[in-house]
Formats: sequence, structure tokens, C-alpha cells
Amino acid sequence: MKPARAAAATIGSSDKHAISSAVPAKPVTPAIQVSGLTKIFGLRQREGLDLLDAKTSRAEIQQRTGCVVGLENVNFSVRPGEILVVMGLSGSGKSTTLRCVNRLIDPTRGQVTVHGTDVTALSTKALRDFRRTGFGMVFQQFALFPHRTIVGNVEYGLEIQGMAPGLRRDKAMAAIEQVGLKGWAEARPSQLSGGMQQRAGLARALAADADILLMDEAFSALDPLIRRDMQGELVALQEKLKKTILFVTHDLDEAVALGGRIILMRDGRIVQEGRAIDFLLDPADDYVMRFVEHIDMFGIMTVEAAMMRTPCVMTADDPVAAMLARIDEGADEVVLSDQDGRYAGRLSAATIRAMRGTARVDVRGLATTDAILGSDTLGSALPRFSRDVRAVPVVDRSGKLLGQLTDTCIISAIAQQRRVGATRGAAGKL
Amino acid sequence: MDWTIPKLPVADVTNAALDYLTDRFSGVTRAISHTVAAWIDVLTGGLNAVPVWIAIPVLALIIWRITTPKLALLSALGFFLLWDVDLWRATIQTLVLVLLSTAASLTIGIPIGIAAALSRRAWHGVSPVLDLMQTMPSFVYLIPAIPFFGLGAVSACFATIIFSMPPTIRLTALGILQTPGALVEAADAFGSSPMQKLFKLQLPLALPTVMAGINQTIMLALSMVVISAMIGAGGLGGEVWRAIQRLEAGDGFQAGLAIVIVAVILDRITQHIARQAQVH
Repeated sequence: MKPARAAAATIGSSDKHAISSAVPAKPVTPAIQVSGLTKIFGLRQREGLDLLDAKTSRAEIQQRTGCVVGLENVNFSVRPGEILVVMGLSGSGKSTTLRCVNRLIDPTRGQVTVHGTDVTALSTKALRDFRRTGFGMVFQQFALFPHRTIVGNVEYGLEIQGMAPGLRRDKAMAAIEQVGLKGWAEARPSQLSGGMQQRAGLARALAADADILLMDEAFSALDPLIRRDMQGELVALQEKLKKTILFVTHDLDEAVALGGRIILMRDGRIVQEGRAIDFLLDPADDYVMRFVEHIDMFGIMTVEAAMMRTPCVMTADDPVAAMLARIDEGADEVVLSDQDGRYAGRLSAATIRAMRGTARVDVRGLATTDAILGSDTLGSALPRFSRDVRAVPVVDRSGKLLGQLTDTCIISAIAQQRRVGATRGAAGKL
Repeated sequence: MDWTIPKLPVADVTNAALDYLTDRFSGVTRAISHTVAAWIDVLTGGLNAVPVWIAIPVLALIIWRITTPKLALLSALGFFLLWDVDLWRATIQTLVLVLLSTAASLTIGIPIGIAAALSRRAWHGVSPVLDLMQTMPSFVYLIPAIPFFGLGAVSACFATIIFSMPPTIRLTALGILQTPGALVEAADAFGSSPMQKLFKLQLPLALPTVMAGINQTIMLALSMVVISAMIGAGGLGGEVWRAIQRLEAGDGFQAGLAIVIVAVILDRITQHIARQAQVH
């Protein structure tokens, strides 16, 4: 694990700006705090732990004690309302990490704190109560109870809390509606397709209204198209519900689609932590680079990260003469903003030249719909460009002008990724 | 040199233990025996008092309610055949013994099976006893039954219960242990207590397997009830036993066929119930 280096900071800085605007600047108590998490599987755990502390390799520990090191000193925290994606190949410890959070697996050492409660210290009974109200969990193979109807499955968590039948049925039906399974409440799980079964799994996790969702490869067993739909719906649902989600996946595309922070694990350790773009532009090592190699940067990098921050901006009140001066200096167009900094349209060089002699420009009828959002991906901005359109204004959700995305910006973004690959490749050959 | 390996006194020890237990408890067991024998007599007598032309349609109607019209019709046909060859009384007697023993086997066996599934230690304790119960020749159970319960139907019941219980225990435990790990994990993740997990997940899913065990228990009970004719249990086994002693091949075959008919009817009914238990 290492912090994003300066190289990524130049492009990634605006990205960080975007995070800080979404989350209050004051330090937030993390929803989940994992510290020093270590898990050793096997009978001689004590011995294995000692060897691990003495920096013995995993292979040697396994040879000498028969113990398998599942997790080694894993630390991370999840903010309330955040999606944290834990990514890694099979055997990397990602699922073990997830199960340590609600103690389906008991950690050998380390601490898990959820909203200030030390989960690792809870008694069996206290842990049971905590699981009932604290976590919703979604499983890779759905894990729906085949002998219960969909609504019977969804209300299971409420039922074991001892909630009255009428009330829990209402809540379950609300959750079923939320995931788009209305009308299927009385069906058996075996009557539903995989995608619908996992919707039911999601509804079951949502029904108890727990603040934290633990999702273990939740969409990995689904067809690619359905998987993408579900990812989109989860993101949409999350906009409304603002749960804290710990999402385990082996699929980098999925991690990107969910759009949260990413932790990449390998051999029970965290290799790198950051946003998707950090993995791409500043991979911690060759393993990370191989992992992200096939990823299309246009699908990850935001417009705001690639754009030019200082376009030629003027207000509609500026005299035409001043605009003409900018055109004569070589600017292709003038971007206009109002007093509050909101985008107000743009004027091409030809338009301004045609207005030579008038004092003020006439801004009526200027279109402001040609701007793109800073949070859009580069890929979604590409269709806006053509032989004639070489620059597009960038705004935020309130319409405030952020900058301008030009063809040069796009080329330099591509160049940056290629450079990372080239230097890594060269280093590998040496 | 004269080496002799001391003989293990298995038989002596068993006898001594039996004598001891008989001395101590036969009073109690005889009392139980009298009570149970009275029940069996009342039940058998009561059922035999019902005229056949009422009993067979009523039985067929019950079977129809539980299973299918086809099975009910075939059962009625079978019963009619049994009545026709003058084996109706013997059939009732056998059925009463089988059903009583099975009920007792299940009452004892299912909780033991659950315990064996939930606790590794219980499983290690129960498993060798089950092996012993299943491999011991069934006749052997009849011998110790006599000093405790005397000759007759109660001893037959006792031996039958012991002989027929293992499949119920084994398959109940197996059914519970076979609950998919992912489902158990899900139940745990939502905060189920062990009892909630058992009654809301494991037992419902184990039901088809448990039913298969019950089916086997009934079949074993039937075979044991037939064998216990040797200690005077009567019923269809009694007919076979009498045919053997008199070397009447025809009567023996007829009684044997009657047992087959009863076995087929019981088997099909329980199998049907087992299939219905398979909900998914």
C-alpha cells in the first residue's frame, strides 16, 4: 500500500477535490475500521503467528506448521455512505476480509470496529444481535432458502428478530419493490432467473434496514449483461439509500463501474488503495499494472481530471473589443459565464468578428446545453468532438463553469497512461 | 509349554448384565409390558371389530387424502385380497405392531439424529452404536426382550424399535449435515440462533432425507414384526411361522404374499409423502 504519488496528483488532484466536496471536510468516524487484521487457518495458529511476526514467508509457514496465512496485517476504514471495493484474485484474502467484518470468520489477531463497536470483542449472543441489525449480506451464489418463497426469504432477518408477522411482511414487500421484484413475492427462488434471485438476495439484505451492506462477489455469478445492469442499479439505489457498502469482487471493470475507492489485495495483503485512476496512472508494482493493463482509461478518467482549468472565459458584459483582442491573439472561441460563474454559452471567432463595431454582445439565444459534466468519463465526452468541435466547456452539477476539455487534453491523458506503461516495461527489462 | 489365551467372557458378561438388569427392573418392565399389551389388544380388537366393508373404504379414503386416487384404489384392492384369503385379522395385528413401533422409533430416533448432527461428540458416541444395531442379526434382539417383557407382542415391539431405529437416526443426521454451507452461512450472517437455524433452515431442508429414513424404518419394522412371530407376536408372521412348522408350502406362500402387499402399500405411501416434502 502506498499513497498516490505526485505524478498522479497533477491529473488526480481535481479528482480529490470531487471527493472532498461529496464528504464533509471534518474527520468522520469511520463506519468500519479494520486494524491489524490477521487470519491464520490451521491447527497451530500460535506458532504460525510467531513465524509471521518473525517475517517468515507464507510458503515456509505452511511447510513448517501446516498453517495457511489468510490475511496479514490488513488495515483500512470505510466512511459512512461510501462504497469500498475490495478487489483481488481468488485466494487473495478478499472474501476472508469481508467475513472477518461480521465475524463469519474469527480473525486470529486484529480489531474490527463498526460505528465505534469493537466487533471482535462481542460475545456470541451480542454478536448475534449485532448481526441482526448491523449488517445486510449478499452472497455470490445468492444463498436463498429454497423452501421459502421470495417474501419468506426477504423477511427472514426480521422474522428472527421476533418482529410481528404483519409488520415484517410490509417491510419485506417494500424491499422487494425497491429491487424491482414486485409481483414475484410468492414465487420460489428456483422459479427465478439468476439475476432476479440476486435481486431477492439484495432485498433480503436491505429489509432489516441495516446501515452496512456486505457484498461478497454479489454479481460474479450473473451473465455479463445482467451483471452490468445490477451494477448500475446498485449505484442508483446507493444514491438514494446512502448505505455503507463493502463490496468484494475479482473484476476490475466491476470495481470501476461501482465507482468507489478500491483496495487491491494479493496473498492476504493490501497491495494498493485508491481510486481506479490511481491504479492506472500510478500502479504500486508490476502486479497492479498487469491487473489494470486491459482497462480502458476512457471509462475511468473523469472529464474534470483531464480538462484545462483556464479557458478563455469572459462575461457577457465584457466589451466586444476585448473579445476581439483575444481572438486576434489566437483563441478559437470565447467562453462566457454569468456573474455567479455559471456557464452562459460560447462565441466562436467568426461570430465575434461579425460583431465588430458593436459595443456589447447579444447573449440571448446562446445555447448552454453543449457543456459536459466534470464527473462524466472521458469516454462519454468523446462523441462531442468532431473536425469542427475541438473544445467542449465543462460544468459541475450546478452549472458552474469548471474549465474546458480540448482535444489536446485528451491526447495528453492518453500519453500519460502510455508513459506509465513504457517506464514500467523498461524497468522490467532491466 | 502350555499357553492358553484367556477367552473373552462376552457371553458370560452379557448374561450377568441381563440377569442383573432383569432382577432390578423386570418389575417395572413387566408393568410396562402389561399396559402396552392392553393397548395393543384394545387397538387390534377395536380395528377388527369394524366390519371389513367399512374398514377398507375408510382406509382407502384416508390413503386417497394423503396420496393419489390411483394408490388408494390399488391399496383397496390389496386389502380386499387380504380379506379374501382370510388374512385380514392377521394384517390388522401386523399393521398395529408396525405403526406403534415406528411411532416409538421416530419419537426416540429423530431427536437423537438431530443431536448427532449438531454435536460432533454426540455423533462419535452414536455412530458405533448404530453400526452395532444394524449389523447384529435381528433374531438376537428377541432373546433379551423376553425376560423383560415376556413372550408376545410387547417384546416384539421392543425388538422392532431397536432394529428399525438406525435409519431414522442416520438419515436425520445426514439430512441436517447436508444443508448447503452457503445457506448456513447466510442464516448465521443474519443473526440466527442455533435453534432458529435448526427449525427454520436445517430441518425443513432435511425433510426429504428424514422421510427416506422414516420409509426405511417402516420397512425394517415390518420385517422385524414378521420375524418376531417366533416369540409369539402373531399377525402375518404368525401365519408364516405356523406354515413352516406344518410344512404347508401353499399357506406359507399365501401369508408371504400378504406381507409383500402390506409392504408395498406402506412403502408407496411413505415415498409419496417424501416426494411431497421435496418442495424445491
